[in-house]
Amino acid sequence: METVKTVSERSVTVVPAPRKKRKWTVDHWLAAAFLTPSVVLIFIFVYGFIGWTGYVSLSNWNSLVPDLSFAGLKNYIYLFHDFRFQADLRNTLVFTILFIGVVIVLGQLLAILLDQKLRGESIFRNIFFFPMALSFVVTGVVWQWLLNPSTGVNLFLKKFGLDSKWYTDTTILGGFHLGNIEFGVPVAIVAVVIAAVWQMTGFAVAMYLAGLRAIPEEVREAARMDGATELQIYRKIIIPLLRPITVSVIIIMAHISLKIFDLIYAMTGPGANFVTDVPGVYMFETTFRGNYYANGAAIAMIMLLSVAIFIVPYLISSRKGGS
Amino acid sequence: MKKKGLWLSLALVFGFTLSGCNSDSASNNGQKEDQSASKGHEKLEIFSWWTGAGEEDGLKALLKLFQEKYPDIPVENAAVAGGAGTNAKAVLASRMQGNDPPATFQVHGGAELNEGWVAAGKMEPLNDLYEKEGWMDKFPKSLIDMVSKDGKIYSVPVNIHRGNVLWYNKKIFAENGLEPPKTFDEFFQVAEKLKAKGITPLALGDKEPWTATHIFETVLLGTLGTEDYKKLWTGELSFDDPKVKEAVNTFKKMLNYVNEDHSSRNWQDAAQLVGKGEAAMNIMGDWVKGYFVNDLKLKVNEDFGYVPTPNTEGKFMVITDTFGLPKGVKNPDDVKKFLAVLGSVEGQDTFNPLKGSIPARIDADLSKYDEYGKQTIQDFKTAELAPSLAHGSAAPEGFVTKVNQAVNIFVTQKDTKTFIDTLVSASAELKK
Repeated sequence: METVKTVSERSVTVVPAPRKKRKWTVDHWLAAAFLTPSVVLIFIFVYGFIGWTGYVSLSNWNSLVPDLSFAGLKNYIYLFHDFRFQADLRNTLVFTILFIGVVIVLGQLLAILLDQKLRGESIFRNIFFFPMALSFVVTGVVWQWLLNPSTGVNLFLKKFGLDSKWYTDTTILGGFHLGNIEFGVPVAIVAVVIAAVWQMTGFAVAMYLAGLRAIPEEVREAARMDGATELQIYRKIIIPLLRPITVSVIIIMAHISLKIFDLIYAMTGPGANFVTDVPGVYMFETTFRGNYYANGAAIAMIMLLSVAIFIVPYLISSRKGGS
Repeated sequence: MKKKGLWLSLALVFGFTLSGCNSDSASNNGQKEDQSASKGHEKLEIFSWWTGAGEEDGLKALLKLFQEKYPDIPVENAAVAGGAGTNAKAVLASRMQGNDPPATFQVHGGAELNEGWVAAGKMEPLNDLYEKEGWMDKFPKSLIDMVSKDGKIYSVPVNIHRGNVLWYNKKIFAENGLEPPKTFDEFFQVAEKLKAKGITPLALGDKEPWTATHIFETVLLGTLGTEDYKKLWTGELSFDDPKVKEAVNTFKKMLNYVNEDHSSRNWQDAAQLVGKGEAAMNIMGDWVKGYFVNDLKLKVNEDFGYVPTPNTEGKFMVITDTFGLPKGVKNPDDVKKFLAVLGSVEGQDTFNPLKGSIPARIDADLSKYDEYGKQTIQDFKTAELAPSLAHGSAAPEGFVTKVNQAVNIFVTQKDTKTFIDTLVSASAELKK
């Protein structure tokens, strides 16, 4: 069978007319020459190092002296029993859900409001979009000041009898015991969510706005002809049509929130009782302060996996959709 | 097709960034080689994390002094910015592991040096330099022990900071008729009186958890005494010893008197509370003095006072910055010349008054130091020296990070048993 197949394949490649075979022109060679170095470098410096990190995460390298002897899943087992890492997983989960949820709702709402053909729309669009231009470090420092319990917005809120402890609050809402930690919603993470939402909502607004503009006016008109109210048009037609945008927003926001480091590091640090700690901060501290290289590598691999859970299905589905 | 396009553009972007980096570093290397070749000496790279106000001035003055003595040896200040040396240590680790060490680098005496770089086989012994310069009786013996392993000396201490200092606001103490506490009982009496008057007794800023560890280690020292305190780090005394438990409970009680927003502050913010009269006391190393005097413009013994932390009179928590000779440098003789300047009376008296620390040598010129410095130099000569845990002298950094994590949890949960259990299991690393 095999031989038959190869013969037939060969005959297929030889037989067709020359125009289909496509000779390599100078353009092709140039393109190849430009791309090869980058492709090679990417394979070494991205995929090669992912492989290296994976290898280190399975080793005993937990001091200044490299020790690459095989340790099996020891580092992973240690992490999943560790109070701090369990807290990190809880915080990342809560942060991701709150952050993406608020960004989607707020982004959609603001985009729909902006889409009402108002005057000065571009001014509002810019106002919402500008925070995107900042680095998370700047956002972190500013919000750290704003939400500082003794100096920030509290000075104002106290006049109304409100006195939130913001990111220094150590309460866990709806907490129950799970593993070593109390599982629930850490109140302190809300402060970080506010800062992240402030920065990223503009991006969601821009995406939704583009989505709204892509919906042809005829659709709305047809719905009006059929007697649908404006509210019904949005609930039954516009918002469902925006679903692909929502998927993109989720993918983009998820990979930001799962890997978040700079915002937390600049704004709160690990927090009392690790209420605002995330895997990225733990990875940095355990690797470069504690010299636990293998533990750090294991955290990196877990972060990669958690992002891959979102990204890989998206890549597969978008390839299917594309071809 | 869509996906291919994505891949290609990604590849291109990466390609350009990478090639950008490459050309940069290539030109840098070229420059370095040119300069060193033209002068006949390899450039000396002095690696540290001294980029803050006073410390950078001190380092620059020191480099200038060296330049005056050896004009033909070029030096480079290769300081890496970043609080407590986190970034610098990361850079250093990758350079050491890539066998590209700087000429000499800043390292805390004690475990950070001995259990870190010396144990990794990356340092050259300096006994010959000590003998040649006649240093064996110029540094305190217990300090030389801190930079030695198995009878070999591995670095030259340049400064000393004291960790166990309680800083207090003079005005608050005078107004309330209080005396600075000498024992834990007195501390709690004072704290109780202050609390009753609505004044925060103890300022803490543990946004970075080492500041809480810093208080804890002074409590350990005050409760256990120097001998037993040192035994903790060699594994001779277990962390489930009743005395450790007593110290943990004292620490726990002290935490009842700290400011409520402690986890949003760093050590400067906490010291500021005392400086501005919003809190009465602060337990921190004597870099706080530099912050009070230089940044807040306060006067020693007028605006703020200082005493050893409770029960640590006559004890001295040492934090010492040292410099050594890494293996594999091309110009060990030039490095030794630099270390000789660093360890000389002149070198130490140039650096320390600016940095705000005291000299590691016992024969420094007292007139160059302020009131606090003079007294600390006296105390340093007579006191029992104890290595600091929070600053990497007592135990390897891996253990220190684990303690910091445990302390961070303890400050909130105040669960003595869990805390001690964590310390016991982490201390398995100490018995290697």
